[in-house]
Amino acid sequence: MIEPGLRRIVESIMNPTSIANDVVLRAKDCDIYYGAYRAVRDVSVDIPQHKVTAFIGPSGCGKSTVLRCFNRLNDLIEVFHLKGKMTYHGQDLYAADVDPVEVRRRIGMVFQKPNPFPKTIYDNIAYGPRISNYQGDMDELVETSLRRAALWDEVKDKLQESGFSLSGGQQQRLCIARTIAVQPEVVLMDEPCSALDPISTLKVEELMKELIQDYTIIIVTHNMQQATRVADYTAFFNAEVVEGAGGKVGYLAEFDETQKIFSDPVQPETRDYVTGRFG
Amino acid sequence: MLANFSMDNFNSQSLKINKASRRSLFNAIMTGLSAACILTALVPLALVLFYVTVNGFNRLDLDLFTQLPPAPGLQGGGIANAIAGTLIVVAIATLIAVPIGVMCAIWLAEFGGDDTSIDEWVRFGVNILAGVPSIISGVFIYGLMVKPALPGYSALAGGVALAVLMLPTIIRTTDEALKIVPQDIRWAALGVGASKYQMVLKVVLPAAVPAILTGVTLAVARAAGETAPLIFTALFSPFWPNGITNPIASLAVLVYNFATLPFKPQQELAWAASLILVLLVLASSITARLVTRKR
Repeated sequence: MIEPGLRRIVESIMNPTSIANDVVLRAKDCDIYYGAYRAVRDVSVDIPQHKVTAFIGPSGCGKSTVLRCFNRLNDLIEVFHLKGKMTYHGQDLYAADVDPVEVRRRIGMVFQKPNPFPKTIYDNIAYGPRISNYQGDMDELVETSLRRAALWDEVKDKLQESGFSLSGGQQQRLCIARTIAVQPEVVLMDEPCSALDPISTLKVEELMKELIQDYTIIIVTHNMQQATRVADYTAFFNAEVVEGAGGKVGYLAEFDETQKIFSDPVQPETRDYVTGRFG
Repeated sequence: MLANFSMDNFNSQSLKINKASRRSLFNAIMTGLSAACILTALVPLALVLFYVTVNGFNRLDLDLFTQLPPAPGLQGGGIANAIAGTLIVVAIATLIAVPIGVMCAIWLAEFGGDDTSIDEWVRFGVNILAGVPSIISGVFIYGLMVKPALPGYSALAGGVALAVLMLPTIIRTTDEALKIVPQDIRWAALGVGASKYQMVLKVVLPAAVPAILTGVTLAVARAAGETAPLIFTALFSPFWPNGITNPIASLAVLVYNFATLPFKPQQELAWAASLILVLLVLASSITARLVTRKR
């Protein structure tokens, strides 16, 4: 695990601008609609490569909605549509000729509730690679993925047992292993620890710090301590009641380095939220 | 003062059961009534099983499963051709109805969502098909396959007629089975880059297999016992099954034909065939229950 880190340090010395500022995903003036109802407005955010970006904010502010836009999972909701531009390495994610299946192979997702397939532990990991015609050694890929998810030692003797036989925290790490087995570039995590106990949470957070050497991570979290522990950058989303629209609309209030957001935010609402005065 | 219960004026008698109160009486009467209804409902089942067993049991011998029915006036014989015939016709029906029914349900549950009005119409149509009397299905296939000699009275025509009856059961149970597969599993599959059909075939369908099997077994059990659609289509044959384009014997039609004949051996065979039929249906229902409970 040291080698990739070393390589990155060497690279950063040789080419200082390319590391911190490479933008993988970019949202520009995005509004998200469900039918005529505007759920989220004015989201502009640059997600830097090989960093953890956290989305925080009160319930109903649209953080998960924005997250799901990045891998086009909102396509499953019929009335959903997006105004504005979302790009991945400069390519418009919502261009008419973009295949959402290809998008999701590159931008993986870990869900709030652990959701292993009703299959064996082995098949849970192998499913993704199999459907994308992985040609290499499957046993090796399964082992590597499980090792990277810090789950190998706990499951190596029962790979043929059902994924449901694991505890909640193990299931979530299984889901992370499943996601990284298809070798995506970006991993989206939608409150991955909200159903976990503190020890499992800690394991998942350590895992994120490992993964960041090869992946870009966006995490939605309700836990502000978690954001300060794991995230390099933090986006604070807020929601406001709209007159006549019959509901709340979420918006991106502030986006900056995590340290700045939590110690010296620009917006007063951000300060109120991170100091626990509301939310 | 709080600790001294005897000091307050709470009447503990009011907490006791009063069997004479109107509420208690009403409760007792209604409980008795529903118990009586349960018994009434079970009586026909018990009587049918009892009567069929008593009358059919003395012909349960090896000949029954190996011999052809005797010519009128002769003794002995068996119903082997009808047992084989029922199995063949039901197998044909299952081979037709299961793929079509399951695929139809997959479309309803997984792909039809873009236009819910079509979904609703198809479901409505399936419900109507489920309510179509079985004799209508027989007449329909008679007109479609028997009358124009395509291929006429045959095991094939019988199988198609039964398939029409099995379809709605299979579609409805599969549709329901797919709908209760948790949504998160679909998201997970899409999240690792599955196309919709990869998601359905490799994740959603396997998760629903036990419930689908139950539906199929129930449909098979129902089809095996149907007589009306077979009279017009598979007809009957006193001989061994001879290909699927010729008339074929079946247990249900054998019962229908032999029960009303004035010959004792034939009547006995009809009873024995009834018993076998009931046992077949019972066995498949029990199998369905075991299959679902196991997973």
